[in-house]
Amino acid sequence: MTLVSEAERPVRRAPGGKGQRRVTDHGAWFLVLPALIPILILSVGPLLYGILLAFTDAQSGRTQPTQWIGALNFRDLLQDTLFWESFRIGLVWAVGVTVPQFLLALGLALLLNQDLRLRWLARALAIVPWAMPEVVVGIMWRLVYNPDAGILNETLRDLGLGDGRDWLSGIGTALPAVIVVGVWAGMPQTTVALLAGLQNTPRELHEAAAIDGAGAWRRFRTVTWPALRPVALAITALNFIWNFNAFALVYVLTSGGPGGRTRLPMLFAYEEAFRYGQFGYAAAMGCVMVAVISILLAVFLVGRLKGGDDA
Amino acid sequence: MRTSPGARVGQYVALLAYLLFLAFPFLWLISTAFKPPQELGNLHPTWIPQDPTLANFRQAFDEQPLLRAALNSLLAATGAAVIAVLIATPMAYVMARHRTRLARAATGWVVVSQAFPFVLVIIPLFLVLKNLRLINSVPGLVMVYVVWALPFALWMLVGYVRAVPAELEEAAAVDGAGRLRTLVSVTAPLLAPGIVATALFAFITAWNEFFFALVLLKTPEKQTLPVILTHFIGAEGVADLGPLAAAAFLATLPSLIVFAVIQRRITGGMLAGAVKS
Repeated sequence: MTLVSEAERPVRRAPGGKGQRRVTDHGAWFLVLPALIPILILSVGPLLYGILLAFTDAQSGRTQPTQWIGALNFRDLLQDTLFWESFRIGLVWAVGVTVPQFLLALGLALLLNQDLRLRWLARALAIVPWAMPEVVVGIMWRLVYNPDAGILNETLRDLGLGDGRDWLSGIGTALPAVIVVGVWAGMPQTTVALLAGLQNTPRELHEAAAIDGAGAWRRFRTVTWPALRPVALAITALNFIWNFNAFALVYVLTSGGPGGRTRLPMLFAYEEAFRYGQFGYAAAMGCVMVAVISILLAVFLVGRLKGGDDA
Repeated sequence: MRTSPGARVGQYVALLAYLLFLAFPFLWLISTAFKPPQELGNLHPTWIPQDPTLANFRQAFDEQPLLRAALNSLLAATGAAVIAVLIATPMAYVMARHRTRLARAATGWVVVSQAFPFVLVIIPLFLVLKNLRLINSVPGLVMVYVVWALPFALWMLVGYVRAVPAELEEAAAVDGAGRLRTLVSVTAPLLAPGIVATALFAFITAWNEFFFALVLLKTPEKQTLPVILTHFIGAEGVADLGPLAAAAFLATLPSLIVFAVIQRRITGGMLAGAVKS
């Protein structure tokens, strides 16, 4: 952190140096406060408030005062098979989206890092899903999956692969169908992050390895991957969190149907809070989601970081 | 490095496959938006509309208050972007230049805030905003968007601040410029492109946002575009495809245009933030 000492030097050298240090600290507070106050009131505060709510019987539109009920919400949650089913679906969704997202984005990033023609077009297109409102992404894929007017079934019919089906309302196809959309929608960020990581890998090392006769796969494993690993781990962890907390895409595509087959935990908690007004119970769900995800991520990151060179 | 011709062909095939996968849903959306109803009822839809029409766009505006929704979206997104950048820039400066406990706590918050499930935050926010009578109001939504856009704005801005050499500020101080003067006349102009990129990015995130808008805005005349778009889909999941596609296409254009403008800076900003921290 050389920047720090450099930033402080002018203060000491400035004319009339007495008391400058304190002025700097006051100045820093002055600069930070406009952002700090909203963060405390609208982010940190609500978060703590939300955790407290999980231990109450808060409901919307109730006239009686809200009461502390200890861990009752959590005890109820343990028995709530619907919630755990939703949680399981959430995990299947999060893993099912995050893993292909990473592999596809890695492939695309490696291609974009090559000297290919049309690379500008690919770079521009790869970003498009990122710029779109999630609601529009959902609507777009509804049009693709539409049983009659959709392009997917039409293509299948053209290829002689049967009549197609109603993808989003089929019990067996709904979850895979929304997972494909999740992968599509999340690829850009992952690709951009990995591409940034790739551009930091030492080119000379690559060339040296090539001269030594290392094949493409060896070069990837011994040169590219070690340099890319920190970025890959960070973006995968973030993707997993984002995907587990996903809402808009699936809300538009299936609203959790058919028969709850795509009801992600966020949709479940949303319905509990804003359809049935069970604020306390929904807050407890939120707490469980944070806790489980934190544990899973900690295990994943510790495992990966310890995983050494083979990972 | 040389790549064998075979491998090159493979690379182009793979790239083409990616392009198709990424582009086809959007092309299909555009195609659907310009098709007349009888063509949409056709069991064998085609890529190119046989009888292209603007009727869907007219019908979309008749069915839902799209203009009002676009205005609400514009207000919410602009307000959020401007305020977020105004308050994030000074804080990012401190985070980049000082290693105080406060700066470290702020960095911690930026990271941790990515992990909140929104449902844990939205219930208390809903209750607080309700008490302030800011439910179902665009200013209330702006407040939420500002805080929600802050983590990424801070992340980007910290990268941009670090890219401004501290020596320049030093030189200004030696020349006798005060601290504020240095910030305003030396640092700010150099930061300006980064600030604009961050603001535009915040604009897009707010323009596209759905969950908070769905919870906080109750009546159609207050709702933003993404919420209004979902009204095209009926309770049974049945939708009038043409107007739905037309409205969705229009709602995407602003974010696509803004994104095209800042694409390079976004990737650059992410890179800067990632490398230096």
